[in-house]
Amino acid sequence: MTDAAWIGAAVSAARPQAVAALLRYFRDLDVAEEAFQEACLRALKSWPVNGPPRDPAAWLIFVGRNSALDEMRRRSKLDSLADEELVSDVEDTEAALAEKLDSSAYHDDVLRLLFICCQPDLPATQQIALALRIVSGLSVKEIASAFLVSEAAMAQRITRAKRAMADASVAFETPGPVERAQRLTAVAAMIYLLFNEGYSASGGEAHVRLPLCEEAIRLARLLLRLFPGQGEIIGLTALLLLQHARAAARLDANSNIVLLEDQNRRLWNHELIAEALVLVQKARRLEQPGPYQLQAEIAAVHARALRWTETDWAEIDAIYSVLEQVQPSPVVTLNRAVAVSKVHGPGAALKMIEPLAEPLAAYFYFFGVKGALLTELRRTAEARIAFTQAIALARTAAEAAHIRANLDRLASMDAEHPQDEKQPHREERGP
Amino acid sequence: MFYCILCYNLESELEAWPREKEAAVLAQREVVAQHLAAQGRLGPVARLMPTTTAMTMRASREPVVLDGPFAETKEQLLGFYMVDCRTLEEAIAVARNLVGDTGALEVRPVATFYPGVGLQ
Repeated sequence: MTDAAWIGAAVSAARPQAVAALLRYFRDLDVAEEAFQEACLRALKSWPVNGPPRDPAAWLIFVGRNSALDEMRRRSKLDSLADEELVSDVEDTEAALAEKLDSSAYHDDVLRLLFICCQPDLPATQQIALALRIVSGLSVKEIASAFLVSEAAMAQRITRAKRAMADASVAFETPGPVERAQRLTAVAAMIYLLFNEGYSASGGEAHVRLPLCEEAIRLARLLLRLFPGQGEIIGLTALLLLQHARAAARLDANSNIVLLEDQNRRLWNHELIAEALVLVQKARRLEQPGPYQLQAEIAAVHARALRWTETDWAEIDAIYSVLEQVQPSPVVTLNRAVAVSKVHGPGAALKMIEPLAEPLAAYFYFFGVKGALLTELRRTAEARIAFTQAIALARTAAEAAHIRANLDRLASMDAEHPQDEKQPHREERGP
Repeated sequence: MFYCILCYNLESELEAWPREKEAAVLAQREVVAQHLAAQGRLGPVARLMPTTTAMTMRASREPVVLDGPFAETKEQLLGFYMVDCRTLEEAIAVARNLVGDTGALEVRPVATFYPGVGLQ
């Protein structure tokens, strides 16, 4: 690896800790970021000569802090202190500093840095963009290309988000347990949004956006290393790994989305799945089920099935029933209905989704599921109505194409078994 | 004499490695491993899963199970077992049987494993 490459990896890995610690020290994000930048420049000069420091984060914090303090002194026209000699003397002080970094304050530093990106006034996409810029250190250009907008537009968006963030007050004291839990919840939601931003991409966008998924996983693992006993953070990491493991099977040669049912499971990343399955078991030991853990449990059941037909639907139904209690929502019930249809038949599932018609009146998947259940019951006329409603609500060409394929299937079913179509008028007429 | 060669590195840094870098490192090690295997000198090789999957059992009157890897710097690595378990729970149960009056045992799943040539 060239100097630039390993330094790049080391700096990027150290960035969240280093910027977070500098932020606590200076209580100003711009100063912290500048200090980090300066430290990186010095690393580029020093590391190729002296070799990599044992703890790059500690090195960058120490050097960044000194250079920023020096800059402040210089600006306030006081005597200039830290010079290059002092900086090159870093290794001796590094050990002591590294020990301090291991203290719990440093965990909360990183959490705080992630949390300031999650201001509720900011739209979700701005929270994500901010986290990518500040925590992950992606360039504005990289973020812009991931979001498929111009660099100028993204720069403006980030500047605006930063301004909003500066106005919001974030406590720098060590948070209490309740506040820490709230921060973790907000940060977990932001990481999940970041992942979905990459995951929901399709077609030609997919290759530029998959790095967003990888970045989300990196942040989830970072958070999990800092807070190992948090069931929902374990669950979130497992969930992201399980979904990401399917990436290679999710798109066909023409970049169309392949449904879970039709995916070639040999293309799944079984290393990621193995890791996630351990995490799911770890979370289960804590006996504090939450939405991420339960969703991960469901994804894990799918991951364990070698074939779609081997899916343990009774298990999925059981997990959904817990999820319905933990996080009641019509969408959860709709998803559960799919499992119920496999276990108890489409009739039971159809009955289950009846009360959802109103809350999900504008939800594409509701009509997709309804149409599929009606198709299974061979109530083709009603199925056709449901699918037609679904097409009207489709947000992408791929969604619409998928429903159209279902309609075609209905047409061929009618052609093969015309008697299956319920046509009460004809029956009433009689001979 | 058998020797263990234990690999240490910054996990977060490896996560930031470009894919080609990881492939290059693994390829280089594979060359060394193949060479040793050809001479009948290669024992088991394992790559462990990330520390986020680890659990630690700390010896105590009633052993305490902690979420996360072994993180102390005062104690030293003295040895290891590799066991085949269907679940994490089973592995923890094994550790419970092994734990002594002092020290700690980290339970960490293995990501990839090569049995080697069977050292004599």
